[in-house]
Amino acid sequence: MLGLLALKAIVRIVSNCNFSTENMNSSLFLVALITGASLIVAGLGMAILLSPKSFNPQKGEAYECGIPTKGTSWMQFHVGYYLYAILYLMFDVEAVFLFPWATVVRELGPSGLVSILFFILILGLGLAYAWRKGALKWK
Amino acid sequence: MLLEISHPLELIKLTASLDSFLHGLLPSWAALLIEFILVGVVLLAMYAVIALILIYAERKITAFFQCRYGPNRVGKYGLIQSVADMVKILLKEIIHVDSVDKFLFYLAPFFVICASMLTFAALPFGNGLHAVDFNVGVFYLIAVSSLSIIGVLLAGWSSNNKYSMIGAMRSGAQFISYELSAGLSLLTVAVLAGSLQLSTIVADQSYVYHWNLFRGHLPAVIAFIIYLIAGHAETNRGPFDLPEAESELTAGYHTEYSGLQFGFYYLAEYLNMFIIAGIGTTMFLGGWNAIQVEGWDGFNQVMNFIPSYAWFFAKTGVLIFLSLWVRWTFPRLRIDQLLNLEWKYLLPINLVNLVIMAIIVVFGLYIK
Repeated sequence: MLGLLALKAIVRIVSNCNFSTENMNSSLFLVALITGASLIVAGLGMAILLSPKSFNPQKGEAYECGIPTKGTSWMQFHVGYYLYAILYLMFDVEAVFLFPWATVVRELGPSGLVSILFFILILGLGLAYAWRKGALKWK
Repeated sequence: MLLEISHPLELIKLTASLDSFLHGLLPSWAALLIEFILVGVVLLAMYAVIALILIYAERKITAFFQCRYGPNRVGKYGLIQSVADMVKILLKEIIHVDSVDKFLFYLAPFFVICASMLTFAALPFGNGLHAVDFNVGVFYLIAVSSLSIIGVLLAGWSSNNKYSMIGAMRSGAQFISYELSAGLSLLTVAVLAGSLQLSTIVADQSYVYHWNLFRGHLPAVIAFIIYLIAGHAETNRGPFDLPEAESELTAGYHTEYSGLQFGFYYLAEYLNMFIIAGIGTTMFLGGWNAIQVEGWDGFNQVMNFIPSYAWFFAKTGVLIFLSLWVRWTFPRLRIDQLLNLEWKYLLPINLVNLVIMAIIVVFGLYIK
């Protein structure tokens, strides 16, 4: 079912690209994507054809200094990573807003500069708040 | 720039004549299909060759830094050592551990390789030599290159191994943190350049003092230094190689990968180093433009004789050498030091830097 949906999506993307010079970029984007995927598929195919095969029960054990691993590795991890991820989200969304601005700085002039200053200031305050609250401290 | 196109060694003439030849011979859809296949083959070949050259170069240069010989047995000066390594890695059996999440385990390399391939395709290698040239090029580079972290996290999670898990988490935290700095420093230059299209940005940097590095005075230099640090950290190398710290985590997120599966991560790591240096060249050092000084006509003629792609690879090579130098000089950081450097130093400096650059641009104080 999922495979069918994915196939449908790919067909739609390909049919929307009417390979003309106007949207050459998006078709070339697809070419690069397919090149990357085919590098892996071709490489793995060649390796499967060329490589020797043998069976050994120890091949199936997780690598951990030679002793059998205990319990699952899908466990809880340090909460610090989570905090940084949230902070990252804040600044990443900011970057999305700043990129269009970057192309029109000259046309907007000083008034545009003042408005964007407030935007950056609010973000800076956010960072300062997180810093003050100790979110940037690795415990 | 018209002068350079008439240059005998420029490849743009070759591609243009090939294009007209194919269109004259075949219906347009068939010609386009053949061109797409050619573009794919060229990208693949460059991808592989650059990785091979970089692996050899890194091993030789590292050996030089550490007062030893490096590879010197296979071929003259060990020149075909990395080819031999590649053949060996192709002949290894592809295995996976019983406890892995198979689907995600095999899916992960696709993200890593496709992300670097998509970024690679957008680099302007020379005059007219770029596969993808969006009008939002800089944004595209940042968006696409950040896809690779999904692959790394998938690899660490699906391996069901504690080392992989810790490595992937560290790698995730490091990558997303430093991506901010890299993005903001590129944004600073985009403000100066006034465009996000890579071909326009390169074309605007004709004379040496028009290079974005010199054109924006001190803020541009600060942005360049921050970009170098952040880009270096994004590739998980040098003093920032916590995700694969051998002494604590064996190999980090790719501990469970072996043979060619591991080879893909290795390939992507070297290509990412090249891509980071390539973006740095394009945005700060004038891209494929020759070194040209206004008024020195004889000098400019000589410099123009060297084709544009040679300039691109030379400048990129300098930045890669810098990256290797840093990698083999500084000791590894701790995770809290790493995150402090980003969040308490680079990011605030970057925000202030961006504002100063905006003021310079709005009041027209940059070199026109």
